[in-house]
Formats: sequence, structure tokens, C-alpha cells
Amino acid sequence: MKYLKLLLIIAFTLLLLFAASDLPYRGEADNQMNQEISMTGTPVPGNYYIQEAYNDAHTPNIVTVILGDYRSIDTLGEQIVIFTAGLIVFLLLRNRKEDEENDQ
Amino acid sequence: MTNRSPSPIILLGTRFLSPYIMVFGFYVIFHGHYSPGGGFQGGTLLAVSLLLIRIASGTQIANLQFKDYLATPYAALGVVIYFGTGLVAMIMGGYFLDYEQLPIPGLEAADLRYWGILIIELGIGLTVMTVLTLIYDNMVKGEDYA
Repeated sequence: MKYLKLLLIIAFTLLLLFAASDLPYRGEADNQMNQEISMTGTPVPGNYYIQEAYNDAHTPNIVTVILGDYRSIDTLGEQIVIFTAGLIVFLLLRNRKEDEENDQ
Repeated sequence: MTNRSPSPIILLGTRFLSPYIMVFGFYVIFHGHYSPGGGFQGGTLLAVSLLLIRIASGTQIANLQFKDYLATPYAALGVVIYFGTGLVAMIMGGYFLDYEQLPIPGLEAADLRYWGILIIELGIGLTVMTVLTLIYDNMVKGEDYA
């Protein structure tokens, strides 16, 4: 079992290294993710964001414009996730001490 | 830990540090338009400034700064600010969260988007700050010493 685990780890390491050796270099203009047309033949929205973000919102930080404006419903979902997590903690841990006293 | 009183030195040190961390949190929120930052990061820093006092002094003194029962309503208020901004834009005739339609007079469309992003970032910051405080308060309830 021990040798099987070791063998699996080595096999996956070799697989990942083989996959990583074929990755394109970062920031090259010819890369597929930097093209205006995607692999499926549709225009890439990121192209529009980079060109028009400042003109649309007068905000120099493109990330803020994308998160707050173009993708604002996604950010609303993130905020609701955090709010729900807080509510769950509140409901799970509320009055824990009193409940324990009542059980005894 | 029942009869332990908070150390005055630690309390004084955290009281000195807390406002500066809070100011930095507001800076991260309001400067999110020009530099890395925004509601989530700034809200976390605001929560840190509240939690520092809470860790150092206990519930009783910390409630003078931010009352623990206010955390849930404020978290809901943050969500309402975000959702309400989108709803107002929709009522004024645009799409949901289409800041161009916000009823702020004297601004062109791009500047309206600028202010709309700021309003929702404030809502996010309020929610993140209060939720982190709420989690801490509920985890130490009945177990802290002061």
C-alpha cells in the first residue's frame, strides 16, 4: 500500500510536469487568452473591458469596474454568501450555553 | 479565566492601534477605485480594528465601541444597500444594477457608474465587517472573562 501511494504520487507529479511543460509563456501576445476571438469563434468580453472600462465608469482600476459594474450580480452573490455564512454561525452558536444547561 | 481583569497596558495599546487600522480600512474601501482594494478587503480591516479591542478587553468594554446585537441588522443593511442600489436603478427604467439610471442629479453616465460602484463597495464593507465581528462574538459568548 505504501509503495502504491508513492507510485501514484510520482505518476501524478510526472503527469503535471508533462502538462506544465506545454503551457504558453506568460504575457505573450500570441497566446490564446490574449486574442480578441476565442477558440469557439465568439468575441472575448475581456477585450471590451480593457478598452472601455475607463470610458464607461471613469475608474482607473479595471478590476473594480469589472467586479462592481460588469459583474455586479456575481458580487451581490458573494456578499449574500458571506451574509449567509454569518447567519449560519449565529444560528448554530446562539444560546449554546443555555441549551447545555437545559439538557443537564 | 473567571476573575482575570484586562491588562491596562494591552487595553491602552489596542485603543491606540484600533483607530489607525480603522482609518486604513476606510482608505482601502474608498481608494479601491484607484488601487488594489475594495469592499471585501476594507471590510476585513474594519473588522480587525473591532476584533482587536474585543480580544484585548472582553465583551463589556468592546460593547462600548460596537454593540454585539447590532451586528446582524447591520449585516442585513449592507445587503439591502447593495440590492437597493440595483432595485432603484431598475425602478428608474434601467436594468438591475445599471448605475446609469441612479437618480443623482448633475452627473453624466460614467460618473454615475463611478458613484454607484462606491455605494455598493460601502455595502459590501459593512456586511463583511459585521459578519466577521458576529462570528467572533458568537464563538466566545459566555467564555470570555470580562
